[in-house]
This record gives sequence, structure tokens and C-alpha cells, in this order.
Amino acid sequence: MIRLIARDLTLAFRAGGGFGLAIAFFLIVVVLVPFGVGPETARLRPIAPGILWIGALLACLLSLDRVFALDREDGALDLLATAPLPLEAAALAKATAHWLTTGLPLTLAAPCLGVLLSLPWPGHLWLGCSLLVGTPALSLVGTFGAALTVGLKRGGLLLSILVLPLYIPTLVFGADVARRGAEGLDPVTPLLLLGAVSLGCLALLPFASAGALRVNLR
Amino acid sequence: MSAALSVRDLAVARGGLPVLSDLSFEIAPGHALVLRGPNGSGKTTLLRTLAGLQPPLRGTVAPGPGSIAYGAHANGMKGTLSVRENLTFWAGIHGQRDAVEDAMRRFALTALAERPAQGLSAGQGRRLGLARMVLTGRPVWLLDEPTVSLDAASVAGFADVLRGHLATGGAALVATHIDLGIDAPILDVGPYRATLADLDRAMGRDGGFAA
Repeated sequence: MIRLIARDLTLAFRAGGGFGLAIAFFLIVVVLVPFGVGPETARLRPIAPGILWIGALLACLLSLDRVFALDREDGALDLLATAPLPLEAAALAKATAHWLTTGLPLTLAAPCLGVLLSLPWPGHLWLGCSLLVGTPALSLVGTFGAALTVGLKRGGLLLSILVLPLYIPTLVFGADVARRGAEGLDPVTPLLLLGAVSLGCLALLPFASAGALRVNLR
Repeated sequence: MSAALSVRDLAVARGGLPVLSDLSFEIAPGHALVLRGPNGSGKTTLLRTLAGLQPPLRGTVAPGPGSIAYGAHANGMKGTLSVRENLTFWAGIHGQRDAVEDAMRRFALTALAERPAQGLSAGQGRRLGLARMVLTGRPVWLLDEPTVSLDAASVAGFADVLRGHLATGGAALVATHIDLGIDAPILDVGPYRATLADLDRAMGRDGGFAA
């Protein structure tokens, strides 16, 4: 399983692997918002947590259609399915690799980009916290969506439509953590709920992803 | 001696429609069986079913997918990884990391070890895909048109590797249209093509279409 994660990370860092794409997209979204709504601090400050979370969520979507599709195209998915590694572990490894190449860099970048949207301190800290706890769920749900659509030509669009509604709980709790943190309220309750969503995804979705893959490989 | 691969009354389907039915055969350890049949006759579907990638409609396959290595049309290699990196990955998945150098030597890939797989010719890429079979360490090889885009020397080299695998007690089921030069009986899947009755059975009906 670690070998599969290591291989996916190597592939992501090599030419054409798409590492950094999510971060660049996130940066552009965040930079565009002040152009769209105006640069006044009073206007940016209340919407900053929501914008940052939606930006991170969309950036996460960008690389999802590659999770299984590339392995499917070159036949590696068939070979993985017949390997001694259980497909559930392969799905979990894929989600982990996706998180390490998108979720984790987004988590690290978001507090810095919060400055661009006048996010007040200690909102940066809570934003980082909420992304750290919430982005694994984004990768796990996304991997499940990718497993569902792996056999389809141009499945990327369908994938977005399937996955985005499933992101709602994570978005609601995640943005709430950042908003409460920025306003000086207690953010622990939504943070716990966010953690619950992520843990639930971790417990269930590798099995669902493996099931979807088995059906699609037939 | 028990069979390396034993298939009983197998029926396989592609996209829910029966393709082959009532197929029974055995391969003893150290032996190979060559699969023949026109395009679209269900050879790949049969191999995928035996590999455990799809469930059979009926019948049994013994042993399970755990002892079967499947060599598909596609090589499953990553273009941005080198030949050695690709093979090391698959060897690691199958717990055979010590065998990588030997596999590269047997498929004449040692000189290409540091070359990215996307820079290989079709035949070299095919040799890379076949080298993975050695690294699975599994006794039963299912090979789907293994010699596509191989030149004569590579075909002979591959036949040598296959003979070596059989000599160590392995078994192989090979779908191929060329003569590999190995002593193996031929199984023509033509007579096992699924009939209308199989279609009815698959769809849970008793009679024909008219009923």
C-alpha cells in the first residue's frame, strides 16, 4: 500500500503529473475574489472563510478525474485488481496520495492566502485546522466518485456533479469552523462534527470505492 | 497430481450477455494450453473471468485468483517512470523485489533500465509488460496475445522464459495466433460459443424468444 502511495507521489512530481495545479488554481480563485467583489476589508472579511473553503474544495476537484482514469487507460488498474493488495487498500492508498498532493498543500497555503482576503487573526489558525481535518474527507469522497465514473469517457464532468453535493457537510462545518474562529467564537463544536464526517468517510468509503471499481472492471 | 488450473462447466459473459458456456478443461503443472478462436469469440473475456476480474455466470475455477497472474493486452506501465522503477513497483506489490534484475535480464531490458517507459518502442514496452509476469511469482500465467509487436528474436526469448516457467512447475493459458514453439495442446473456443438457450438462462427465462 505504501508502495502504491509512493508510486503515485512520484508520478505526481514527474512531468505532467499535475502536482501544484491545485495550489495554483486555489491561488488564482482567491486573488480573483477581491477583483470581483471589491477590495474593501469590511466586505471581504465576512466572506473570507467561505471563499477560502469553496476555493479549496474546487481545487480538490481538479485532479480527481485522474485518480483512477490514468490507471484504467494504461491497464494498471486491471493488474492492481489482480494483485495481492486488496482493492480496498488500493482505494485508500489512492485517496491518501490524492490528499498528500492536494489537500495537504492546500491546508498549508490557505492561512497565507487568508491575508489576501483580510481574514482576521486567529481565523488563519482555525482555517488551517479546519482544512487539515476536512480535506481528507474531500479526497475520500472524491476517490469514491472517481471509482464510480472510472469506466466512462469524459467522466470528469459527471464526477463533479456526483461529488460536489457530497461535499456539502464538509463545506458547512469547515467554513463554520473558520468563520467562528475569525469572529472569536468557540469553533470546537463544528470542528468535532467536521472530524466526525472525515472519520466516517475514512471508515466507509474505501469499501464503497472498491465495490464500485469491481463493478466497473467487469 | 492435482491440476494447476481446473475449470468446470464454466460460462462467461461480456456486458451481461453469455459469450462462452459449458467450458471444462484442466492444465497440469508444467504444461501450457493455447487458446484459439476468431476475434470476438470470448478469449479475453474467458481470461478476465479466470483472473477474477469478473464473476462467471456459472461453473467453477480452481484455484482462486490468488495463484493466477494475468497478462493483459495493456502493459500497465507508467510512461514517466523508468523501466526499473516500473518493475520495482510491481515486484514490491507482489513481494518479489529481489527478482527485478533477473527479470530485466531475461527480457533483455537491462540496457534500457533507466529509460522512461514512454521512450520505449512498442516491442520494448511489450517486453516490459511481460517481465512483470515473472515478478508476480504466481504459478498460473494467463497471457492475452503476449507476442503482439514483438520481433522474432523477442518471441523466441519470450518462449524461452515461458518454457522456463513451465519447467519449474508453472502452468500457462495463452491466447495467441502464432506458433510459440512450445509443446502445448490447442483449445478452440469456437464450439463453446454461447447459444440462445444460454441467453435465455442468463436472463432468467425458460423458453425461447417466442415464448
